[in-house]
Amino acid sequence: MTFPNGIRIADRKGATQANPIESGPLPDEIILPLQQHAGAACEPRVQVKDKVLAGQRIAEATAPVSAPIHSPVSGEVTAIERRPHHTGLKLPAIVIRPDGEQTGFDRAKPPLDPDAGDIRRLVSEAGIVGLGGAGFPTGIKLTPPAGARIDDVIINGCECEPYLTADHRIMVEEGPAVVDGLRLIMKCVGAKRGFIAIETNKPNALDLLGGLTARDEQIIVTPVEAKYPQGSEKQLIKSILGREVPSKGLPSMVGALVQNVATAAAVSKAVRWGEPLTSKVLTVSGGGVIRPANIRVLIGTPVRDVLAACGGLSDQTVKLIVGGPMMGAAITDTAAPVVKSTSGVLALTADEIDSTPSVACIKCGRCVEACPMGLMPARMANLIEFGFWDELGGTNLFDCLECGSCAFVCPSRRPLVQYFRLGKYRATRVGK
Amino acid sequence: MADKEFILSQAPHTGTTESVEKIMFAVVYALFPAGIAGVYIFGPRALLLICVCVFTAMATEYVWQKARVKPISVLDGSVIITGLLLAYTLPPNLPLFMAVLGSVVAVSLGKQIFGGLGHNVFNPALVGRAFVQAAFPVAMATWAKPFAWMSGHVDAVSAATPLGLMKFDLKTTAHAKLFFGNIAGSLGETSALALLLGAAWLFYKGYIEWRIPGSFIGSVAVVGGTLWVVNPERYPDPLFSVLAGGLLLGAFFMATDYASSPITPTGKLIFGAGAGSLLVIIRTSGGLAEGVMYAILLMNALTPLINRYTQPRVYGTGEVEST
Repeated sequence: MTFPNGIRIADRKGATQANPIESGPLPDEIILPLQQHAGAACEPRVQVKDKVLAGQRIAEATAPVSAPIHSPVSGEVTAIERRPHHTGLKLPAIVIRPDGEQTGFDRAKPPLDPDAGDIRRLVSEAGIVGLGGAGFPTGIKLTPPAGARIDDVIINGCECEPYLTADHRIMVEEGPAVVDGLRLIMKCVGAKRGFIAIETNKPNALDLLGGLTARDEQIIVTPVEAKYPQGSEKQLIKSILGREVPSKGLPSMVGALVQNVATAAAVSKAVRWGEPLTSKVLTVSGGGVIRPANIRVLIGTPVRDVLAACGGLSDQTVKLIVGGPMMGAAITDTAAPVVKSTSGVLALTADEIDSTPSVACIKCGRCVEACPMGLMPARMANLIEFGFWDELGGTNLFDCLECGSCAFVCPSRRPLVQYFRLGKYRATRVGK
Repeated sequence: MADKEFILSQAPHTGTTESVEKIMFAVVYALFPAGIAGVYIFGPRALLLICVCVFTAMATEYVWQKARVKPISVLDGSVIITGLLLAYTLPPNLPLFMAVLGSVVAVSLGKQIFGGLGHNVFNPALVGRAFVQAAFPVAMATWAKPFAWMSGHVDAVSAATPLGLMKFDLKTTAHAKLFFGNIAGSLGETSALALLLGAAWLFYKGYIEWRIPGSFIGSVAVVGGTLWVVNPERYPDPLFSVLAGGLLLGAFFMATDYASSPITPTGKLIFGAGAGSLLVIIRTSGGLAEGVMYAILLMNALTPLINRYTQPRVYGTGEVEST
């Protein structure tokens, strides 16, 4: 079961797919950027020198599309200032020095049988955002636009990026929470069917979740082809439901809602236990990591502490990536913290990356065969390279997912995704 | 503060190990059997012709890139292919100065003037051949007798090609001869076996896409076959049409040139079918016995149009379900 086009690539998950989730370190400093989600940045509700407790809300959502931020530690706020971030910019953040006690914040006990409104409220209050990488506030996602009806909820357990195995381990080790999260989401939006989509390269997860849902007629654990980018929302909806999200539209327009497995598990914990989002499971992998691992890390832990917990880096490391190798961001400053959308930290060696200089497009058409959205990457990139902005307006550039499938297969090693980003930037800033 | 200098660049950070060189040189190697067959059938003069074409092509590209102050990419394999293909489409005993001119024109007017690799509108080797055909029509119609070189009579003996015999004398040629190549013809086109070996290897390596050769050869077989069924006295059988002349060389190695052929899967099918139909029309109703060169050049001209009209449907557009 799959979608058209896409690429079959080595999954490189052997180093960590059987590693149980470990506990992460308690760093000297927790750095919490005020923007860890799609939408508007939060406003701090604490000041320097304030003492905070673990799980305490310290930054508030002030706009409709936003999500609050909670402290993962008990300690003292030492600064509210700009700090390094994985985008390379310095962004405003609340900095906390943990006291090591991990004294918890008293939480109200959630209702035993929450209704849709309760679920939505608890999810929003817990600061949950899409943990697959997009970081969209989940409370908003669980509130479909008026008139939209959600028939099908899909839990995304694909994890199609190479190296990453965090979602895989969550499915294997926190299966009941994932299933409970799915049921809560279905109840919240009134969906009739739930799917848990798992790539075929994760047979133990398929078996386990299949067993947990065997007697639930509304939930179907669905194996999907291990192909990139199977975990892309639009492609997943096409694969499982056979429907396409309209261009410039939302999945709710075709009655679908997709959530990552980690998000589903977090939803369950928030609704059942009132637990706010304060930690994240990451995969630390790549040829340059001394001891690759799947590790549950406190949000705000600097990347350097995460790497140190995995034995540090070898001298062969030439590139550090936050995320996966296809869509992740390269970083140079390991003081940048893990945030809600971080799914992996990769330390790659020279033979794991590609640094071949690019040449002219030879019009071979491999990119056209690879593009999961049915675009013509070569044409769009050539128009951008030579400045044909008017003609570019006639292409579907904004339907590009920036998944990198085209750039992966290009024999000329052209920086196609980079061209598309440039094209989109120019189109939005300069106008057609 | 960075602990060490890490590479900073945009995603994706990994990719295929394919490269332009790998693809080009794979095609060069796939062309070796046809070249070896050509030298075996037509003698050392054929080898000289090949070398002259290839080296002139490389030199021409070097001069152009130096003049345009562009990086010298003569060794990426693409101009070597142009030189080889041009040589393979010429009569083996063609005077060398004509081959030199053809090679210079092929690289200059067929490739460099459009911007170099990836920008050529037409197949460069065929542009060169078209020039030589127009400039030296008699020499381009003087074919060598196969294996005449072995007995020492090289220049004096000429022969008619199977297509020429079919068109002007309504004489057929045995399929076996067409398959193995002991017939008159262009240097690299006569041995179907050698060409098929090279093409099979490219398929095996995954470098050749089946759509263009498939639809090109298929449409020749279908259109040619239909004519033969209707009038077997006048028209050759489809196997003859496929094996004779430059079709196999053209279908596997020339029509498949990336830059001058469509980029979309459907477009490739249309391109091949169009070339095949044009080829049969030229061979049966045109003035020349052979038409592969013009069939491909004409379809090259239509490629931008084909690209525009065969764009794939974008996900989420067209007929889409919504609640």
